[in-house]
Amino acid sequence: MAALPASGAAAPAAALSVRGLVKEYVRGKRVLDGITIDFAPSGLTAVIGPSGTGKSTLLRCVNRLVEPTEGAIVFGGRDVVPLAGKSLREARREIGMVFQEYNLVERLTVMENLLAGRLGYTAAFKAWLRRFTQEDIDRAYALLDQVGLAAFANQRADALSGGQRQRVGIARAVMQRPRLLLADEPTSSLDPKTSVEIMGLMRDLGREHGIPVIVNMHDVELAKRFADRIVGMSGGKIVYDGEPAGLDDGVLKTIYGGESWLA
Amino acid sequence: MSSAAPRTWRRFTPRQRLSRFAIYLTLATAIVFSARTVEVIPEFLYDAPEQMQDLLRRMWPIAWSHYPGGVHEALVETLHIATLGTLMALVMALPVGLMAANNVVGNRAVNYLAKLILVSSRSVNSLVWALLFVAVFGPGALAGTLAIAFRSVGFVGKLFGEALEEANRGTIEALEATGAPWVSRLAWGYWPQVKPAFWSIALFRWDINVRESAVLGLVGAGGIGMALDTALNLFQWDRVAMVLFSIFSVVVIAEVVVTQIRKRIL
Amino acid sequence: MNTATRRLAVQPNWWARAGWILLAAYVVYALGRLDFSWERFVTGLDNGARFIGRMIPPVIAQPDSLGKGLLESMEIALLASFLGIVISLPVGLLAARNLMPVWATWPARAVIALARSFHPVIVAIIFVKAVGFGALAGIGALVVASIGFIGKLFAEAIEEISLKQVEAVRATGASFMNVILFGVLPQVFGRFIGFATYQLDSNLRNSTMVGIVGAGGIGGTLFSAFQRFDYDFVAAILLSIIAMIMVGEVLATWVRGVFLEKGKVSDE
Repeated sequence: MAALPASGAAAPAAALSVRGLVKEYVRGKRVLDGITIDFAPSGLTAVIGPSGTGKSTLLRCVNRLVEPTEGAIVFGGRDVVPLAGKSLREARREIGMVFQEYNLVERLTVMENLLAGRLGYTAAFKAWLRRFTQEDIDRAYALLDQVGLAAFANQRADALSGGQRQRVGIARAVMQRPRLLLADEPTSSLDPKTSVEIMGLMRDLGREHGIPVIVNMHDVELAKRFADRIVGMSGGKIVYDGEPAGLDDGVLKTIYGGESWLA
Repeated sequence: MSSAAPRTWRRFTPRQRLSRFAIYLTLATAIVFSARTVEVIPEFLYDAPEQMQDLLRRMWPIAWSHYPGGVHEALVETLHIATLGTLMALVMALPVGLMAANNVVGNRAVNYLAKLILVSSRSVNSLVWALLFVAVFGPGALAGTLAIAFRSVGFVGKLFGEALEEANRGTIEALEATGAPWVSRLAWGYWPQVKPAFWSIALFRWDINVRESAVLGLVGAGGIGMALDTALNLFQWDRVAMVLFSIFSVVVIAEVVVTQIRKRIL
Repeated sequence: MNTATRRLAVQPNWWARAGWILLAAYVVYALGRLDFSWERFVTGLDNGARFIGRMIPPVIAQPDSLGKGLLESMEIALLASFLGIVISLPVGLLAARNLMPVWATWPARAVIALARSFHPVIVAIIFVKAVGFGALAGIGALVVASIGFIGKLFAEAIEEISLKQVEAVRATGASFMNVILFGVLPQVFGRFIGFATYQLDSNLRNSTMVGIVGAGGIGGTLFSAFQRFDYDFVAAILLSIIAMIMVGEVLATWVRGVFLEKGKVSDE
């Protein structure tokens, strides 16, 4: 199996710095209420919290799929928030994203979905003619081997199971050679066994390529098992930031509220 | 690094690429050939914007006063042509559609014959049908109605046949098992299943026929087209504009009616 | 004795019955308005019999004229479909309300609605006035018809795609064109081939009739044969039109077969 070059060279002290991030979907109602947090250039961080508390919004503000209302997000040495056009696309190339519903282009093959990860680096004309560089193609095959889907390279994406699709989604994100990997509830649509596989895959790939991984999830046990660091959110604010071991019942109650759901 | 030769990746198999290339090549040659042989007189092309402006100037103001005398009756006649023509077509299409459905009538020769009838009906434009019927029955709405009817049989029959072929065979089988005769199988087995599709097709075709009926008068088959023809021949462009406007309005109203009926009943 | 009222197994549907009665009444009324009389119909049938007699056997009275006319019709259909598709793609894209801002969708949708409003024959008459008699007018008229049809269906297809797939492609940093190519077009390609081939077929049919108003094609040949009472030639022309359209349908099926392959694609 080919050894793939690690992505991202010497990284700054913090790979991602969020400063005073505020998001209001409706005026006056803050979904994100002044979030300030740094993320180290390695390791897997799990963001947990009740539904609607802004976990997904936080992630999507980083790659600007959602527009922040106020605040700064420093990535790769510059603030992502005011970027537009070409510079925004350049920033996005460096950030890989894995989605809850995989969001593969279903009518394209697995291979094409993987190569879509390189679209930020490929001219439209070449992309249309499917003329990707040999390096991209080699990398794609190597990644497919790594996620165990080599046999499916030319199958249509909608022919795959949920777990297989998510593996393609992760491979697509890694194809970008990102300096950061975001995952928005990547296991919420999967069964428990597959969820464990997917979390393991993301952790291993993150370590192998030196990419920090930020995962948004609601399964606390899964988070404790795979995360190096846990960030708990409630009411649009961060209420816990530390080791998985520190997540005792008291902390969980602060995050989620109520007692009845605790084992 | 891998010691194997670099792996290539192609989106399509060689055979697929060949077929796709064949189509592109055929189309490209055909288009280039057509573009070169089609007669384009450059002077006319340059003249076009000026001609269009001239046309628009002559059409304005629209001759509203022309409506009650010259247009209204013809418009109503057009609607009658469209509606009667569609109804006739429905009646004629039922047996042909039945014959074309391979699950209703098993005889392959009959299926083929029915499909041939339907294709022929569709291939001849309603305008050409109108020419034929004007030659046979003389000018007037009779020719127009028959033209609409004969043209629509192909459309309705084809879609109706397809709807029949998609009917649930299990239901029909059950009826067969009770010893029901063929006609009962039709009435109790097929008809309830295809009824919504049938009315949907009927409405769809009526909508199209309103548009088609409007122009049949250009060849003398009755309706508003005759008013259009007269105005065109006399170069009374303001009246032409009036006729066009009324055709446009009727078509829009018909579409609204059809949408409303669809919402309520289908 | 049991005097209870008989209960019907199936309740009568009064609305449906009323509908049928109204329909029957309308037919009678309309037939009256249109001046249908039995004698007229019978004379007509008699005429019709004689007419068919004159049409059979079909005779190709002027093979040159027939050949030229058919060829011109095919060319008109081909060029009109090609130009129509090329124009409809961007117009349809601009009309998609889920991807485009209002200042783009409103004009695009207006153009499409206008293009659909008039019968191709009427548009052909206007083009004849603008660019003169001949194939150019026919092509113009059918391009307008194509834009109305393909533009509308293309916009509708785009409005039904899953935006999540598009979002994922955008997140990789792809340019606008790349997002369209990889996120939008794959989702609508199948339907597009369907209605593009349908429109080619439709243009082929319509190209046979725009000639009646002078816009080129076999319609002109047909009309002059009619006016000369050359009915056996008319029959020949009609048969050749039907044949041409059937060939067109075969071609359309070929194109659909090649471009709509489903399932596996294998490696070299």
